[in-house]
Amino acid sequence: MLDRRILRLIQDIVGEAYVSTTDSDRLCYSYDATQRRHRPDAVVWPADAEQISRLLKLANAEQIPVYPRGAGSGFSGGSLPIQGGLALVTTRLNRILRIDQENLIAEAEPGVVTEDLQQAVEALGLFYPPDPASLKFSTLGGNVAECAGGPRCVKYGVTKDYVLGLEVVLPQGDIIRTGGETMKGVVGYDLTKLLVGSEGTLGVITRIILKLLPLPEAKKTLLVLFDSIDGAAKAVAAVIGAKIIPATLEFMDATTIDCVRRATDLELPAAARALLIIEVDGDASSIEIQAGRIEQIVAPLGVVDIRIAATAEESEALWQVRRSVSPSLRKVNPDKFNEDICVPRSRLPEMIRIIEEISARLQIPIINFGHAGDGNIHVNIMVDKAEPGQKQKAEQAIEEIFAATLKLGGTISGEHGIGLTKAPYIPLELETGAVACMKAIKQALDPNNILNPGKIFLEN
Amino acid sequence: MKTDVEKAQLKTLADYRPQMAQCVKCGLCRAHCPVFAERGRETAVARGKITLAQALLDGDIGPDDKVAESLSQCLLCGTCSRHCPNQVPVDSMVLAARRELAAHRGRSLLSRSLAAVLRRPRLMQMLAFGVPRFAGLLFHRVPRQSGLRLRFSLPMVSRQRSLPAFARNSFRRSHAEYHPGNPDRPLVALFTGCMINFIYPQAGEGALRALTALGFNVVIPRDQGCCGLPALSAGDGATAGELAANNLRAFSLHNPAHIVALCASCHSGMTRYFCDLGPAYEKLSLRVTDIHTLLVDAGLEAVLQGLPRPATVPGAALHLPCHLRHDPQQAAAPGRLLDALTSTDWVPMDRSEACCGLGGTFSLYHYATSQRLGAIKAEAFRQSGADRLVTACPGCIMQLQDSLDQAGLPQRACHILELLGEALEDVQKLALPASSPTIRAEQKSNL
Ligand SMILES: Cc1cc2nc3c(=O)[nH]c(=O)nc-3n(C[C@H](O)[C@H](O)[C@H](O)COP(=O)(O)OP(=O)(O)OC[C@H]3O[C@@H](n4cnc5c(N)ncnc54)[C@H](O)[C@@H]3O)c2cc1C
Ligand code: SF4
Ligand code: SF4
Repeated sequence: MLDRRILRLIQDIVGEAYVSTTDSDRLCYSYDATQRRHRPDAVVWPADAEQISRLLKLANAEQIPVYPRGAGSGFSGGSLPIQGGLALVTTRLNRILRIDQENLIAEAEPGVVTEDLQQAVEALGLFYPPDPASLKFSTLGGNVAECAGGPRCVKYGVTKDYVLGLEVVLPQGDIIRTGGETMKGVVGYDLTKLLVGSEGTLGVITRIILKLLPLPEAKKTLLVLFDSIDGAAKAVAAVIGAKIIPATLEFMDATTIDCVRRATDLELPAAARALLIIEVDGDASSIEIQAGRIEQIVAPLGVVDIRIAATAEESEALWQVRRSVSPSLRKVNPDKFNEDICVPRSRLPEMIRIIEEISARLQIPIINFGHAGDGNIHVNIMVDKAEPGQKQKAEQAIEEIFAATLKLGGTISGEHGIGLTKAPYIPLELETGAVACMKAIKQALDPNNILNPGKIFLEN
Repeated sequence: MKTDVEKAQLKTLADYRPQMAQCVKCGLCRAHCPVFAERGRETAVARGKITLAQALLDGDIGPDDKVAESLSQCLLCGTCSRHCPNQVPVDSMVLAARRELAAHRGRSLLSRSLAAVLRRPRLMQMLAFGVPRFAGLLFHRVPRQSGLRLRFSLPMVSRQRSLPAFARNSFRRSHAEYHPGNPDRPLVALFTGCMINFIYPQAGEGALRALTALGFNVVIPRDQGCCGLPALSAGDGATAGELAANNLRAFSLHNPAHIVALCASCHSGMTRYFCDLGPAYEKLSLRVTDIHTLLVDAGLEAVLQGLPRPATVPGAALHLPCHLRHDPQQAAAPGRLLDALTSTDWVPMDRSEACCGLGGTFSLYHYATSQRLGAIKAEAFRQSGADRLVTACPGCIMQLQDSLDQAGLPQRACHILELLGEALEDVQKLALPASSPTIRAEQKSNL
């Protein structure tokens, strides 16, 4: 608990209305999308970098842990105040500072909701591609801190490919700027890239300079149903091999298709054992050509059905198949363990088969879908925690899946980060030398370990 | 004699445990909750309210002022539930939590004042129209450029709010109880709701005209009262239960084939929130239909399309009440009627589905937030260039009119039923369109 003296000091920094120690605020800032709960001792809503700097100096002096928080939509517990202390919420830093149409850059504060920035730039014919499924509520700060990705990343890359520069408050309170406004810049170490994906452990991001692209004129959506996952995987390779990079290449495996078929009245023939949602974008004439070629390329690969949207509504109807996955999952089992492994895209069918084997052997449903273009699989292990033994089975499945992922040359987290929930698995993927190097960086920047302690690296 | 309803209990907060567990804390409600959009704090968003309700139940938090404040921050608009991947019924849960709080804390002053008025239709009638001395106490008339307006002067009601004047005579008082129509047609009972009865009788008039034009037999049960939603919204389950019991009695007497609600909020109160009051009430609930849906089903569109088109036609923008959005057919009905009207052109408006910001007791507690939501609406209306703002719920009308007034816009907000009434003024008995299967005068079992 914070003593009165410290609370008063915090009030002096942010103002009385912007710090709270009430039970209701502590409860409402105790969770994120992992559904775990850890109450902070206080919640603070600073207004700017200067206040954050003063808060961090105070935190160092008084040894108070500080947990940066955006929208609390994280899937790995990055924002959870596991050692109490302060939940530092960025909601008030919510201004889009400028959109520079000449240099194609935007500058924004970290509390801006991803979609708000996207809409603002799209109104000017510009484009900010990273599109995590949480874009309607996640913040840019959270996206940068987790290096968020999404369906469009197969063509456009992930968040780190768009961050040109940052303003950051370091753990001891110094405010620094990294990178800049230019597409190029090689002066010194690339601190920008280091901070992107640092999960709020190396600094609090207070300003973000983002690269923008021209908004593609049009897009076209295809839904292709295959008789096997191999067909779908071959289709991905063949499309990319034909030098077409679709804007999205989403896949659903047989378990997912069955799950959606059971839960909705969407038309999905039983013969379909895998599907791809392919979206191409570009100027109006080129997307027609691309769609036509894709149709030809996939035809010999065991296609059960192909649906091509002619209008925006039809495209929406095709996407509905993908969107209905999440709500359908609960009908399988009430609880899910959600992993986001990534393997080289050619290994996708192999990985799916391994998961199917694990699922059959342990007798728990595992439902797989995700981004085929970059081999990123959302593995949903569906259990009923109320039933004894199920949780243990799920944990065993996760360990086996992670081991197999690494064997295939993959990674245990493509998008969601390590935070709290994946921390135990870090040694599986990283060599001790690499972990030691990361810890040395953390130690150098945050000697008192006050910024987001207990994350990424297990303590002891 | 006690009816089933009086004995039956509304669900308790504990009954919602399974639904609480369905909230996976994904945060999607942050993108959709209008209160959160204004307040920006997690205690105001659905996910936070669920957390607090659960903590209250588990004893992790006491029934303190802060919890009460957070749980009062809900418009009961259901927007979160519609977008929620697990359709968590946040509104019902918030209502149950408010009852739980009231049980611990005693009912708030507001809740008690409301209950005192709502429970007694005669007191309401008297306050509104009767004894001037009394009226002076609770409602005082204030002059405004546009005429006389009333300010609701219960404690906590903002003095800035412009409130509509009470009608000279209530709708139910100025109409006979029975309105016989075509003997082959079913009997439809009108559930007027308080606001149409006392403030917007012209909407009731429109409903009556439309129904009789279609040949329905109509009854306006004398003894009906408040639907109970305001009491429920204030956490007063006991009053809500009593009011529901009273309505059950009043409507059972006539055994109508349909009970049509003229107010979207009353409709949701009677169908969505009260259906767990016991088997008798559930039976009544099943007969409750929203008036617009019934009119569409009975073929009113064809009748409207057949009416002459005047030389100049004003444009109307449509605000869709939250309480009609739960069902797609119902949500489409007001628009279909507006589209069919030859006397008005339907002008598209941005955010026509966004909550107006009233939220029953919400706007009494949180007028400033309510006003900001209203301002967004008023701006969208201004940009639409329409001449009128049409909706399907008297609560929305009051809020929308206040929002237009506050924005300095001269236009009026009105009920679509009022437009129907105007259009059908000269039409007496029309040729009956073929009756749709749902509307046939089937023999219903007794209520
Ligand atoms: C339904 C759903 C779908 C999702 N889909 C995707 C997806 O497709 N792709 C994907 O990549 N992720 C996805 N996510 C995960 C999550 O939305 C992302 O990780 C997102 O970037 C988190 O943003 P946030 O604002 O919620 O951050 P939070 O959860 O609040 O925080 C995440 C991390 O960022 C840190 N942080 C936040 N702000 C700052 C700051 N200003 N400075 C420093 N550190 C900060 C926190 O300390 C924490 O470690 C999804 C989540 C949900 C619930
Ligand atoms: S959208 Fe639904 S499940 Fe997600 S946090 Fe909100 S209420 Fe919970
Ligand atoms: S019902 Fe409306 S106001 Fe209440 S939590 Fe849901 S979206 Fe917010």
